Amino acid sequence: MQVLFKTRYEDDIHFLAKTGEKIRVGLVVLLLIAAPLFLQNYYLAELGLMLVYAIAGIGLMILTGHTGQVSFGHAAFLAIGAYCHSILISHGVPFSVSVVLTVTLSGVIGMLLGRSASKMHGFYLAIATLAFLILVETFLGEWEAVTGGHAGFKVPALKLFGIPLKAMWQQYYLDLFFVFVVVLGAANLFRTPTGRSFLAVRDSELSARSLGVSVEWVKIQSFGVSAAITGLAGVLLAHHLSYLSPEVFGVLESLKLMLMIVVGGLGSILGAIFGAILISLLPIAISFLRDVLPPAVGQQAGLEPLLFGLIIVVFIVFEPQGIYGRWMKIRFFFETFPYYRKSSFVRQKSYLKTERMR
Amino acid sequence: MLQVNDIIHLAVTGLAQGCAYGLIALGFVLIYKATEVVNFAHGEFMMLGAFAVLAFSEALGGSFWPAFVLGCLSIGVVGYLIDAQIMRRIIGQSSASIFILTVAFGFIFRSLAGMIWGWQTLSLNTPFDGKVVIAEGLSISHDRIAIVAATAILCGVLYLFFSRTRFGVAMQAASQNQLAAFYMGIPVKRLVSVTWAIGAMIAAAAGALLAPVTQIDTTIGFLGIKALAGAIVGGFGSIPGALLGCLLIGIIEPFADFYFPAIKGVSAYVVMLLVLFVKPEGLISQTFQKKV
Repeated sequence: MQVLFKTRYEDDIHFLAKTGEKIRVGLVVLLLIAAPLFLQNYYLAELGLMLVYAIAGIGLMILTGHTGQVSFGHAAFLAIGAYCHSILISHGVPFSVSVVLTVTLSGVIGMLLGRSASKMHGFYLAIATLAFLILVETFLGEWEAVTGGHAGFKVPALKLFGIPLKAMWQQYYLDLFFVFVVVLGAANLFRTPTGRSFLAVRDSELSARSLGVSVEWVKIQSFGVSAAITGLAGVLLAHHLSYLSPEVFGVLESLKLMLMIVVGGLGSILGAIFGAILISLLPIAISFLRDVLPPAVGQQAGLEPLLFGLIIVVFIVFEPQGIYGRWMKIRFFFETFPYYRKSSFVRQKSYLKTERMR
Repeated sequence: MLQVNDIIHLAVTGLAQGCAYGLIALGFVLIYKATEVVNFAHGEFMMLGAFAVLAFSEALGGSFWPAFVLGCLSIGVVGYLIDAQIMRRIIGQSSASIFILTVAFGFIFRSLAGMIWGWQTLSLNTPFDGKVVIAEGLSISHDRIAIVAATAILCGVLYLFFSRTRFGVAMQAASQNQLAAFYMGIPVKRLVSVTWAIGAMIAAAAGALLAPVTQIDTTIGFLGIKALAGAIVGGFGSIPGALLGCLLIGIIEPFADFYFPAIKGVSAYVVMLLVLFVKPEGLISQTFQKKV
């Protein structure tokens, strides 16, 4: 087992304390930067999409994983980001300006939703956000003059500072840049008083309030940050999809985001990234299953939502900490070898927490 | 402009629709009161119920009532097993994971129903296919009357069950304080599972009764979300509140669809969001703020 020996004050604030972590993360970053050298365009596009979903996952993770507010409506922010950005650049607004405007708009809408949601809790919030998603989807379908309605909206080609980015690797680097920004930003957020108060609200609203945290304001902030990041993911997603229609951002997309963070592991940024990896591998697994399973099941239209649902159920029942939790256990096993005991990670007995008295 | 007859017609249709929402919400609220789990898959119980009744009635050669009873019972068994096998294991986990779990159930049920019965729209033959003509150009079909009657009857039966029978009183006790009820020798676990079964059976009955109005396909489960919206409008903690909210939503809906065709089908959510903005706990609330 590695013992951390701190010799400087800076050791306390490093993201990656242990040497092993530094090597692993460094390797992943190098691989991501070098990916265009050895990946073909198709795989590069898939990897880019994975990065976009990682951003969206971190956005939802901050809200649900770190602040404890369930949102079934986050696909709405993806939609707002994607549509707002595409409409802006199709009117000739430069990419950089459009991104800033879109992220701001998405964040402001998020804060407004958070403002109205700050008094709600639990499932009231879940159902309100779901209703918000349904309304946004209807609205995008009905407002044909601007959004193109159900016929769809063509996303203009990607241009950065007047230079067209046509090749896939250029777009990929754009995604990668934003992933670095978001991951560093989110990791930093949780070292600030604001981020710490998010965690306090998640763990107990009562004790957070007693410690002088303004619970309402925290929820508004959390909604704002989360919506802004998800809106950014929407911007990048628009360029990957290149054709937008309201149905893309439906309830299934929200479930996908939820699946990502639940299966990845609630309450960790790494979890959102694990979830994004899983989400991008799922279509491959599904197409494999379609061949393997008997045609009565395999060729059915409902296979995808069925698998999504089953994976969520299996993870929540058997590994509530998600892939991240499993990863921690494996790491713990090797770090403390041979002292790992079966009881090292036994779940505490837990009881029903009532919400009737808050 | 709307004529008087049209207004009455819309109101009666809305009332029947509201009663249907109320039937579904009844199950939601029962399960919520017993376990504090909001079952987002309740609309899917209703859908499964409709499909099960259809399947039984085809197997029995078209007779409705035996199929109705068998279908409801089988969905009750499904509800019981869901609680006994899965929901019981995750007590104490964060409410976020529990919501996500029930939503996932909804998706699983919808896919399974689609795989078993197909994705096309089916129709169920019920004994309620006549019409009552009240006045010139104003008639109410039997299926809508059946829904209203079933809601009234079920509410009465449930009221008697919860206030008069030993079992029902034990359920009330368990829902108020599980630990205390357990110490008094009430088998809380089994009661909770039975509550799930009852909730699922009510939903299945609602599905079968609604079948002539909505037809049966895999998407009718989304009515459950509207019922949830109605229950929230009224206040989730109490059955009368939830019923009132559902009736309100049901009556507002046809008028809103008529006057604002742009938001056709989603007016229930608009109403719900408006109510939540003004009164976050619903019109009749049962949550109390803890004093620090």
